[in-house]
Amino acid sequence: MPNRALLLKILSAALLFGAWEIAGRIPVSFAFPTFLESMSALFRMIGDGSLLIAYLETLQPLVVGVVISAVLGIGIGLWVGLSRTFDWLFSPIFIVMQAAPLAALIPLLVLAYGIGLTSKVLVVCIMAMPVIVLNTSSAVRNTPESMKEMARSYLASEWEVILKVVVPAASPVIFAGLRLGVSAGFIGAILAELKITPTGVGDIITFSRSIADYPAMYAAIFSIILLAVLFLNLLEAIETALFKGNQRGYVSD
Amino acid sequence: MDMSQTKTPVQPVDAAPDSAVSTRNISKTYGAVEALRDLSLEFPRGQLTSLLGPSGCGKTTLLKIIAGLLEPTSGTVEVNGKTVTGPGPDRAFVFQDFALLPWATVLRNAAFGLEMRGVARAEREDRAAHYIKEVGLSGFENAYPHELSGGMRQRVGLARALAVDAQVLLMDEPFSAVDEQTRRKFQEDLLNLVRNENKTFIFVTHSIEEAVYVSDQIAILLPRPSRVSEIIRPTGFRGKGVDNIRRDPEYLDIVDEIWASLRSYVE
Ligand SMILES: Nc1ncnc2c1ncn2[C@@H]1O[C@H](COP(=O)(O)OP(=O)(O)O)[C@@H](O)[C@H]1O
Ligand SMILES: [Mg+2]
Repeated sequence: MPNRALLLKILSAALLFGAWEIAGRIPVSFAFPTFLESMSALFRMIGDGSLLIAYLETLQPLVVGVVISAVLGIGIGLWVGLSRTFDWLFSPIFIVMQAAPLAALIPLLVLAYGIGLTSKVLVVCIMAMPVIVLNTSSAVRNTPESMKEMARSYLASEWEVILKVVVPAASPVIFAGLRLGVSAGFIGAILAELKITPTGVGDIITFSRSIADYPAMYAAIFSIILLAVLFLNLLEAIETALFKGNQRGYVSD
Repeated sequence: MDMSQTKTPVQPVDAAPDSAVSTRNISKTYGAVEALRDLSLEFPRGQLTSLLGPSGCGKTTLLKIIAGLLEPTSGTVEVNGKTVTGPGPDRAFVFQDFALLPWATVLRNAAFGLEMRGVARAEREDRAAHYIKEVGLSGFENAYPHELSGGMRQRVGLARALAVDAQVLLMDEPFSAVDEQTRRKFQEDLLNLVRNENKTFIFVTHSIEEAVYVSDQIAILLPRPSRVSEIIRPTGFRGKGVDNIRRDPEYLDIVDEIWASLRSYVE
C-alpha cells in the first residue's frame, strides 16, 4: 500500500512542524521564530520574487557541482572499483577529501580560484564527490563473481559485463551514494555562499540575520531542506524506474 | 571474449568422431592447491556424462575449464575437434547458484544469452518465451527472480541455456539447491531433454543416485589432485521408462558399486 508510506511521511512532517511551532512559541531563544512566522516569511519571499532570484543564483554552483560530482564520481568510482592499481592510487585521496575540514580549505580555494562560480562549484564537489566515489567503488568491487562469470560464459564482452552486470548490480549502493552526495552538495552550496561571498540563498540567510529578521532566515533554510528532500525523492523515483527488481532480493538470494 | 573457435572449423585430427568434448591431460593448480592432475576424458556426443565425486574434488573446476571460464595450468579441451580458448557459442552453462540477474524479469534473464549474441529484441524474446514454456514457467515471464522458488529459478537458468541452442550443456550441480521432490521432477525432465534435444550434456553432481539415474556415462573423480578413477556406463535400464529405473536391479547394483569405491575417500 503506497499511500501508507505517504501518510507516514505527512504525519512525521506534521509532528516536526508542530514541535517547531511550540518551540518557537515558548520561545527557546529570541532568535528562533515559530513555524507559522517562518512560513509567512517564506510565502512573502516567494510572492515578491526575491526567493526565486536567490535560487537562480544558488542553483548554478549546486547543479553544476552535483552534475560534475555524479558523472565524475560514478566514473572514477567504477574505474577505482574495477582496477586494483587505481584503487590503491585514488581511494586514499577521496577518503582524505571526505574527512577534510572544508571550512578551513575554503580560503585556499578562494586564493587559487577567486570568489566566482569556480570556487563555489569546487566546494560543492568536495562535499558531494567523495561519498559517491567511495560507494560506487565498493559496490563495484562487491559484484557477485558468479554473475560476471555467467555473463562471460554467454559471450558478453568486457564492456557488456560492466554495463549489463556490474553497474546494475552496484546500482542500489551507487544510488545510496548519490543520495548522500546530493545532500552533502546542498550543504556545500550554502556553505560556499556563507563563506565565500554572500549570494543567493546564502545572502538571504546572512542578510536576514544581520537585520534580525529571523523568520526570513529560517524560511530560507527551510526552503533549502525542502528542495533537498524533493530532489532526493526524485532520485529514488529514477532508481525505482530503472532497476525495478533490485528493490527486494538483491543478488540471487 | 575470444570467439576464434567459431571462425574456421579445424579438421578434427585425433578426436574420436563420436566425442563432442574431449579433455586431454588437464591439470589445474590454484597456488599451492593442486585441484586436477593429468585428467583425460571423452564426452560422447548426444549423451549425458556425469562428473561424480565428493565436494572439493575439482568438478566445478573441470566444468569451468571446459566452459572456457578458467584456463587449465596445462592440457587442452576440444569441443567438436576445436581447441577451447574461451567461452564459445557451442557451450552453455547452468550454474549451481542460478546466477540470475535480480533486476531483470524471467523473460529478460532467459533471453540474456541471445541478447549477448546480438539477437534482435523481438526475436530473442520470442525464443526465450518458447523455452520458458518448455521448462514449465509460462505465466511467469514478467516475474522477477526474487518472486520465484529455488526450483523455478533454476528452470529460468535452464531456459537461458536452452535458448542459445548450444550443442553442449554444462550443468554444475543444477539441482543441489532445490528440494527433494523438485529434484526428482527435474531429473525426469532432464532425461526427456537428453532424449529429445540432440545435445551433449555434462552434468556435475555429488549424488550417486542422481548420477546413476540420469547418466549414459559416469566419470568418478577421486579427491585432490583429482583424476578419473573409473568410468561406468549404465545401459540396461535406459529404455525401461523413468518410473522403473529406481527399482531396476542394475540401477541398485551400480549405486552400490560406486559407493563401495568412494566410501574409503569419505572421512
Ligand atoms: N578460485 C580458487 N582459488 C583457490 N582454490 C580454489 C579456487 N576454486 C577452487 N579451489 C579449490 O580447488 C578444489 C576444487 O574445487 P571445486 O572445483 O570447486 O570442487 P567441487 O566442485 O568438486 O566441489 C577445492 O579444494 C577448492 O578449495
Ligand atoms: Mg562445485
